[in-house]
Amino acid sequence: MFAYVVRRTLYIIPIVFGVALIVFLLFNVFGGDPARMMLGKNASVKLITELRQQLGLDQPLYMQFFEYLKQIVTFDFGRSYSTRQEITEMFKNGLVPSLSIAGPAFILSLCFSISISLFVSYFRGRWADRLVVVLCIIGMSVPALAFILFGQFTLAYHWGWFPISGYENVFFERIQYIVLPVIIWITVGLGTDVRFFRTAILDEVYQDYVRTARAKGLSEPRIFFKHILKNSLVPIITYTVIQIPFLILGALLLENFFGIPGLGSMTIDAINTSDFPVLKAMTTLIAILYVIGNLLTDIFYKIADPRVTFK
Amino acid sequence: MSTQEIDMNSNIDDSMGKAPIKGRSLWMDAFYRLKKDRFAIFCFWIIAFYTFLALMAKFGWVASPWDVEVAGSYQSPSFDSVKLLFGTDIFGRSVFFKVIHGARVAMTVGFMVSIISIPIGITLGAIAGYFGGWVDELIVWFYTTLSSIPYILLLVAIAAVMGKGMQTVYIAIGLTSWVGLCRVIRGEFIKHKNREYVIAARSLGASHFSRIFKHIFPNVIHLVIINFSLLFQSAIKAEVFLSFLGLGVQNQPSWGVMIDDAKLELARGVWWQLGGATLAMFFLVLAFNIFGDALRDSLDPKLK
Repeated sequence: MFAYVVRRTLYIIPIVFGVALIVFLLFNVFGGDPARMMLGKNASVKLITELRQQLGLDQPLYMQFFEYLKQIVTFDFGRSYSTRQEITEMFKNGLVPSLSIAGPAFILSLCFSISISLFVSYFRGRWADRLVVVLCIIGMSVPALAFILFGQFTLAYHWGWFPISGYENVFFERIQYIVLPVIIWITVGLGTDVRFFRTAILDEVYQDYVRTARAKGLSEPRIFFKHILKNSLVPIITYTVIQIPFLILGALLLENFFGIPGLGSMTIDAINTSDFPVLKAMTTLIAILYVIGNLLTDIFYKIADPRVTFK
Repeated sequence: MSTQEIDMNSNIDDSMGKAPIKGRSLWMDAFYRLKKDRFAIFCFWIIAFYTFLALMAKFGWVASPWDVEVAGSYQSPSFDSVKLLFGTDIFGRSVFFKVIHGARVAMTVGFMVSIISIPIGITLGAIAGYFGGWVDELIVWFYTTLSSIPYILLLVAIAAVMGKGMQTVYIAIGLTSWVGLCRVIRGEFIKHKNREYVIAARSLGASHFSRIFKHIFPNVIHLVIINFSLLFQSAIKAEVFLSFLGLGVQNQPSWGVMIDDAKLELARGVWWQLGGATLAMFFLVLAFNIFGDALRDSLDPKLK
């Protein structure tokens, strides 16, 4: 087990290196000259040269890459081009607002989708199951943007049930602002999640061990919760853990629409101002979180199923 | 498989002397099964209709010209004329025509992305699965790396780097969406490469190229078709997202741009631009979802 964890952890290094290489190629090599972009078309050559020196862009590419690797290891991504703020500081400020939407939304949508899929797999093949599957496919086909815009327009603007947008630092005053984004988040993802979880559970329903359990006279709920659910947890957990790093980004549009000063809004701002250092840091961090999430999933797999090996 | 055997046996008993029954190929079999699913066929016709509409719009036979004033600004939908079916936008242009041209953009993006990403996925997947060893490790490393970077940010990064426009949309989505297909093809090639028929081909002197493309590939091509329907709809969604962020289609009607416009219009009660784009996109994606499922059910031999 220990050897497995070590080997699997070491496998992170080439992946993170690859991520760094791709991100570096995109932004530093093909991305055009940030100094020119920041100063506009009419900047003098002298000014541009100075700024390039200041940003370290006059260094040879391999030195710039080395610098970037150093940033990843030390978690110090320098300053934003547009706001001149420390990026690490911006992350710290954005994390709490982002998590106050993503956290509840993630947990609630997990609870909802697992309970719904358990319910429909219990009634598999009957009308309740069919209805939910149809609703899921319909839900999957509605663009997420439409959910957000219509939700905000009807529930907040038209009917006035929620504030249209805003954010409050005090937790209890914040709740009114995060309810609607959380509801919309859950609605957007529900179709895909329920469909996936239902398939994962139904994959187990027809296994031999279920037939055996039934043959020895166990009650149907007991078979369902004790045997089937436990076995179908492996794909469910994989699917869920992999989603966690994207929570920060998942709120990209929601935060933007509801005026929540989180990491998603920060990213959208960075896109609009071509703020490469922020985009670079954001991409790298999420990729690293994703790789770590994958590692944890694999280790969990190994714990849950001893047959798994790392080749 | 088993049903066919049973059929043949029963036929041997009672039809001695008659002509031997003809077996169906995998493709014919899949076609017959797909044909039975009426709703899936209906969805197929919806997709075909969108394609037809897109082509007509491309050649300027319908909804042309879309960028002229047909009525006053923000006229609400009415049945007075086809042009006013979905009302007008801020410049008095027909929203219905814009929706049709949005379909043209979406279908073009879907096809172009498939043309870029399917060959990449097939080639890399086939090479990785067939040769194994360090080639495999290199390709697996490459796609694991690529899929670790959040799809949306990768798209945005490529679009931000390449500048705005349609080409960016094709290339950004095309270069990022081959990983799923590549994974599947690689897995299938690993399974197939040591089967008897491949070994037989090898002993007859077939080259690597011929074994990969003439012998193994026809046995996994159904996966490409299944993947195509998935790819197509995710490309459409990605186009809308990129255009919404202002990184995609410029100076052309696109569903993403229309939804972006609607952001400011909704507060004035102008819902038809958002409604039209959403509805058009909904039916297309829904049709792809249902048809894609039916396609998978009928083409996957394991699900028989």
